[in-house]
Amino acid sequence: MRHLYTWSAILAIVVASSAGDVLLSHAMKQVGDVGALWRRTSLLKVAGRILRNPQFLLGILCMTLAFYSLLFALSWADVSLVGPAAAALTFVANAIAAKIFLHERVDHRRWIAALLVAGGVVLLAG
Amino acid sequence: MTLGKYLVLAGVTVCAAVGDSLLSRGMKDVGGISLHHLSNIILCILNPWVALGILFLLGFFASYMTALSWADLTYVLPATSLGYVLLALIAKFLLHEQVSPMRWLGIALISAGVGFVTQGPALTHDPARGPSKLEDPATEMVSMGEKR
Repeated sequence: MRHLYTWSAILAIVVASSAGDVLLSHAMKQVGDVGALWRRTSLLKVAGRILRNPQFLLGILCMTLAFYSLLFALSWADVSLVGPAAAALTFVANAIAAKIFLHERVDHRRWIAALLVAGGVVLLAG
Repeated sequence: MTLGKYLVLAGVTVCAAVGDSLLSRGMKDVGGISLHHLSNIILCILNPWVALGILFLLGFFASYMTALSWADLTYVLPATSLGYVLLALIAKFLLHEQVSPMRWLGIALISAGVGFVTQGPALTHDPARGPSKLEDPATEMVSMGEKR
């Protein structure tokens, strides 16, 4: 039963954090290069511009869900299982989601990188 | 990519690794949370380790948002995955855990992945400008300068 709880929480982390990453990435592209904006205007205005973006707020909601799922999972299982399992699956889920929803050019180099990192994370858990 | 941008990526990496370690340490104090006592999951932020972990994760979030404002998601994530290597090194040298050959192999794979992705362009598609024609990091840098 504890196993089922743990893996359900890990699945929830993967889904919520991929959705959050995609929403936040899209929101920040709409906001624009923060460094360049900061040079032209005040930090408060930049923060206001980010906080008024609806996709940013939705992304934060998803990340909050992912965070609480992580806390649940960590209270049931070791970080050495939860961390790598959730991270490895999130890497692959993110590469797929970024290609579909953000139209990023996920070329061979990026697929190889995502799979190498995901594989490496799994080995770290071993 | 400028030095400042590499520093932002380093901030993402370090804050995430340190924040996660602190959360893990704190949640071991808090213990298992049952579905029947959901209030515990709110109260656990009163634990100092968890609170400090959240502070680091806020630092992570600020640098992560900054990175996402000028780079692809599929660039930022692998590029900042050196945090897992950092986590393993913290385990070995600060917590004196045994790092098996399997884990060193994992570290090598992650480092290779980071090397792969950072060789390529940071931005391939900008929703504000449509598909990018950028192929290599040099032309990308020029364009990022002109962008706004």
